Amino acid sequence: MTDKHLSTQFDSELSGISTRVLEMGGMVEAQVAQAMYALANFSNETASQVLAQEDKVNQMELDIDRELSSIIARRQPTARDLRLLIAVSKTIGNLERVGDEAARIARTVQRLVNTGVSSRLRLPVSDVSFEATLATGLLRKALDAFARLDVEKAVEVLKQDDQIDQEFEGLMRKLITFMMEDPRTISSSIDLVFVAKAIERVGDHAKNLAEQIIYIVKGTDVRHNPVETVESMVR
Amino acid sequence: MDAKVELPVTEKPKLSVRNLNFYYGHFLALKNINLDIPDRKVTAFIGPSGCGKSTLLRTFNRMFELYPEQRAEGQILLDGQNILKSKEDVSLIRAKIGMVFQKPTPFPMSIYDNIAFGVKLFETLPRVEMDERVEWALKKAALWNEVKDKLNQSGAGLSGGQQQRLCIARGIAIKPEVLLLDEPCSALDPISTGKIEELIHELKVDYTVVIVTHNMQQAARCSDYTAYMYLGDLIEFGPTSELFMKPKKKDTEDYITGRFG
Repeated sequence: MTDKHLSTQFDSELSGISTRVLEMGGMVEAQVAQAMYALANFSNETASQVLAQEDKVNQMELDIDRELSSIIARRQPTARDLRLLIAVSKTIGNLERVGDEAARIARTVQRLVNTGVSSRLRLPVSDVSFEATLATGLLRKALDAFARLDVEKAVEVLKQDDQIDQEFEGLMRKLITFMMEDPRTISSSIDLVFVAKAIERVGDHAKNLAEQIIYIVKGTDVRHNPVETVESMVR
Repeated sequence: MDAKVELPVTEKPKLSVRNLNFYYGHFLALKNINLDIPDRKVTAFIGPSGCGKSTLLRTFNRMFELYPEQRAEGQILLDGQNILKSKEDVSLIRAKIGMVFQKPTPFPMSIYDNIAFGVKLFETLPRVEMDERVEWALKKAALWNEVKDKLNQSGAGLSGGQQQRLCIARGIAIKPEVLLLDEPCSALDPISTGKIEELIHELKVDYTVVIVTHNMQQAARCSDYTAYMYLGDLIEFGPTSELFMKPKKKDTEDYITGRFG
């Protein structure tokens, strides 16, 4: 929001809530990165740290939600302000789920480490890491676009989500080959399938955030449309 | 400034404003207004003080003619008939287009006579029918239950909110086609305001309602269409839900979000 309200208090409430969304976004992004570090290094300790973060993220979601209801009740926002608040309400739900995905990965790592299968098998962990780098990068880009309310960047995020989906499919084929060649890898390969799926969902959440940015700025709800249609809708 | 004024094809215009300019002496208060007010819908005019919304409302029943230095150019069509050029008696136009003002203005007479007074100007009704008409108008205005036992008492003894509903009852007793409300709730408490808003919602079944309000939330709550005006220009006109959720003009957005006013 570039221009100011008559009420500076309202301005600071709105910018305050945007800042907290970014803060929450930063937290879950770090959580995913940490979970991936735990996977790459089979570190039980790092996985525990990821799980410890979950409560904080959940609490943050509740806090932002309470602040949202309070602003709506007291300010009766309209137009762009109202769209911002509705979008934030949806976005924090998405971010909280990104945190859930990170926790899911962390729990999988703990299971892999505890069953001791990790070291003996050569699983394509680096491929999963690559997918994760794409996903966290996309999430960061979406948060960046949110901070600046940058529609062009949001559209880029929508386009790039396809890359993650393709990466996920490639990884699936690879893991199936692994399982066929060496049945001893089946159980841990399935774990990796879940990790890969969790990362793919992080990409989806980034995409949802990008769609909300377009809604805030343009007032157009672009959900459930192919990217090509979205591009013409925002023009 | 040219605002888009076309109504959706599903709506039939009751009042059409065409190229309307309005002068207070040499001062141009309304600048080339073009607007269609849909039939049996509530249309709200919003905008900062001095934007011309009350002026526009008062052109609809030629109320401005009471002042010699005020004049209107252009056309205001009621069902296709230009009321500005009409040879028809102005009081007949006002019988079709009734008006309720900001401050309740009950006549210094009984509640019953407040309603019957206007009716007697246009119709000669037998006593029984007049009783029915008074009851009908008071019921329509959601006031009947509160005053039915004291119809012979003075209208001035009612509360502000009741007085305002009495004025609305008086306005609809002569069965107008259009009802103009000029800030009908600005002197009322929230409960009376709520009752009047509820009433507005019911009135649109039979009447075309045009309301001027300073209270944007009120426009958002009770109108179907909203016009935003600024410094004598019609900036934007459209369905209320769209105007408050996704206004087309930045000026409108700045006003309704409180960035300017």
